[in-house]
Amino acid sequence: MDSAITNTEHAIHAEHEHASLPQHRHHFETEEQQREVGTFGMWLFLLTEIMFFGGLFFAYLLYRNWYYPAFAVASNQLSVPLGAFNTVMLISSGFCMAVGVWAAEVRKKNLLVLMLILTTFFGLVFIGVKGVEYHEKYENHHIPGADFSVAQFVNPAAYGIKEQPLSPDMAQHTEIYFFLYFAMTGMHAVHMIIGIVLLFWLIRRANRGDFSSGYVAPIENFGLYWHFVDIVWLFLFPLLYLINRHPLH
Amino acid sequence: MSTANSQSAPISHTILSLPDQSTARMPKRSYLNNEDGLLSWLLTGDHKRIAILYLISITFFFFIGGAFAGLIRLELLTPQPDLVSADTYNKFFTMHGIIMVFLFLVPSVPATLGNFLIPIMLGAKDLAFPKINLLSWYLYLIGGTLTLAALVLGGVDTGWTFTTPLSTHYLNTHVLTAATAIFIAGFSSIFTGLNFIVTIHRMRCPGMTWFRMPLFVWSHYAASLLMVLGTPVLAIALVLVALERIAGIGVFDPAKGGDPLLFQHLFWFYSHPAVYIMILPGMGVISEVISTFSRKRVFGYTAVAFSSVAIALFGFFVWEHHMFIMGVSNYSALVFSLLTMLVAVPSAIKIFNWTFTLQKGSITFETPMLYAFGFMGLFTIGGLTGVFLGSLGMDIHLTETYFIVAHFHFVMVGGMLMAFLAGVHFWWPKMTGRMYPESLSKLAAVTTFIGFNLTFLPQFILGYLGMPRRYHAYPPEFQVLNVLSTAGATVLGIGYMLPLLYLGWSLKYGAIAGNNPWQATGLEWQIQSPPITPNFIETPIMDHEAYDYEWLANQTKHEVTTVG
Repeated sequence: MDSAITNTEHAIHAEHEHASLPQHRHHFETEEQQREVGTFGMWLFLLTEIMFFGGLFFAYLLYRNWYYPAFAVASNQLSVPLGAFNTVMLISSGFCMAVGVWAAEVRKKNLLVLMLILTTFFGLVFIGVKGVEYHEKYENHHIPGADFSVAQFVNPAAYGIKEQPLSPDMAQHTEIYFFLYFAMTGMHAVHMIIGIVLLFWLIRRANRGDFSSGYVAPIENFGLYWHFVDIVWLFLFPLLYLINRHPLH
Repeated sequence: MSTANSQSAPISHTILSLPDQSTARMPKRSYLNNEDGLLSWLLTGDHKRIAILYLISITFFFFIGGAFAGLIRLELLTPQPDLVSADTYNKFFTMHGIIMVFLFLVPSVPATLGNFLIPIMLGAKDLAFPKINLLSWYLYLIGGTLTLAALVLGGVDTGWTFTTPLSTHYLNTHVLTAATAIFIAGFSSIFTGLNFIVTIHRMRCPGMTWFRMPLFVWSHYAASLLMVLGTPVLAIALVLVALERIAGIGVFDPAKGGDPLLFQHLFWFYSHPAVYIMILPGMGVISEVISTFSRKRVFGYTAVAFSSVAIALFGFFVWEHHMFIMGVSNYSALVFSLLTMLVAVPSAIKIFNWTFTLQKGSITFETPMLYAFGFMGLFTIGGLTGVFLGSLGMDIHLTETYFIVAHFHFVMVGGMLMAFLAGVHFWWPKMTGRMYPESLSKLAAVTTFIGFNLTFLPQFILGYLGMPRRYHAYPPEFQVLNVLSTAGATVLGIGYMLPLLYLGWSLKYGAIAGNNPWQATGLEWQIQSPPITPNFIETPIMDHEAYDYEWLANQTKHEVTTVG
């Protein structure tokens, strides 16, 4: 009985020794373990995200092979300059995030806050441009569903588009292209918006000095998430915008 | 012989069907009474309490799903469609499938026993992410509530597979509600799997190497890989079904150039591995139970451990065998048929190794062992009929008949449910601190076994004779076998009601279990029952192999129960 009590006291004492940071959770033996667990969990979560997007990429692969002409023509409706601009925005955002992680690690509070704000800013610009692009599709009746129209693809001359007309049969398949466009970029945008919400929360905490004492796990793990969202776009941009844009054709 | 006897003397001495009642005392402090009040349960981060919350909720859904099974069997008592209309019957089997698969089988062992035991077996204080663990239970509840909402609002009749274009174009039932429910419940499963993987990688106590982990943990690791990698694909498939239904975007609509088979690929890419999500944790239970009640280390520990991972790996490359009659390419069907048969190899490794564990073991026949024997026999039949179905020619004759119904019920009910009940009985003393009534529970185990065989063996014959699945009426010549099956279902129902009653009874009146009623070797048996909230007073050090009964026999110092 006696030994049990000493053991308990010993265990409690040991816990206090470890708990030098307020963020340390009781069920971890060391802070090192806690940090590793968080990062590992985030990587696994990103793995599930890859599988989630993977389903959409698989659908894209299938239909692009089946309906290549429809995909190529429909893809020409997207604005490459806007897409390229957005790519630059996201890369800048990712760069700021990377600098932010570094700033947190070397405990530069002001730099961290600035970088998080810039990350958010570039992210918001991306969402804004995406909104402009979506609106254009709405005006052209290119949003899949009851309102969808293939007129521009069957009779491009009437709309002043320099493009070979598609047969009505093939033109119908542009709806699948636009569905995939909206599903993939939409799912990406949802991830961006979630990320931006989290960024606001991180900015508040960073401003309060939560990450100035060497506790950087939330910043690091969010950085992983944000870079993942960037990378998804780096696949989406060529797959959706740049079909049939290479010089050989 | 004599040396063997003298070595095993202290071990065989400890074989008891019940613990020594004179010394066992209920600990004053445990995870059950550490905090009081409903909120202390609803907001808990303790993996043990979350396991109990899960146990209560999945039991609830099990009996709802079971009620639908009862209604199905009742309709099939007579050849005429006399109880319900065809549409209602479709809803019955759909609700039965959705509830049993997504709300019972997938979380059954992992979310209850796995949640409770994995941290303890690894010598950790909790899972890696206690809050995410609690979140996963809430997601499960939301998913479950939405399923019940779909049920109350009028039901779903797509079948549990949400087959397109039936689910997207032709049915006017609550497909969206049900799909949302499964989508949310899926994330509960993802979070459980993620938690387990991180815990197993990063939270093992000193000395707990990968090959000292109990096989229960290995099988959960394999199942978690499947949850994490497979479930997101189901999620996206359901999102596409929802979008197709709402907006008619055409992705699964052949009229617009979409491909319904794409849905089948996405759905079965999850749902085939899902059957391994369901069965693997059960196999982990069986490893523990067989070893404990034959007083032997599991034969071929490494082979059994790797066979779990192999099942998980192969499980990802067999999904097309659900689509052999759907017009897939003959060549890919050939490849998938071969791969399907390959899964039989690691499954057989497990069965053979358990059998060799029994050989020359000191076998006793406590309830968990009876269930484990049931598992081994029934799972073998279920698995072997799976090989029949994996061969292309047989599949074309047998798929969409009662043969396939019998096959997966042998694996899921005969296998998984038996394993679940084995595990619940086996760890009941640890979870509650009290024993269940042994003779009554043996009766329940035997009843379940008899009822199960009576229900599903006739269905193999029915299917072979050509009775299609999913119809509420059938030709009169099939009636005898159907009556047998319905009679069996009644017996089976009694077999499942019994544990509910006596386990509830035992919470108050059961004998006090003590730390280690089975004289088992796992770390979970070296601490008090029920455990304290941080599980261990001192971080344990694993200085022996798993299933080392000699170590246990030489063990003099046990963790002290917090009685005084």
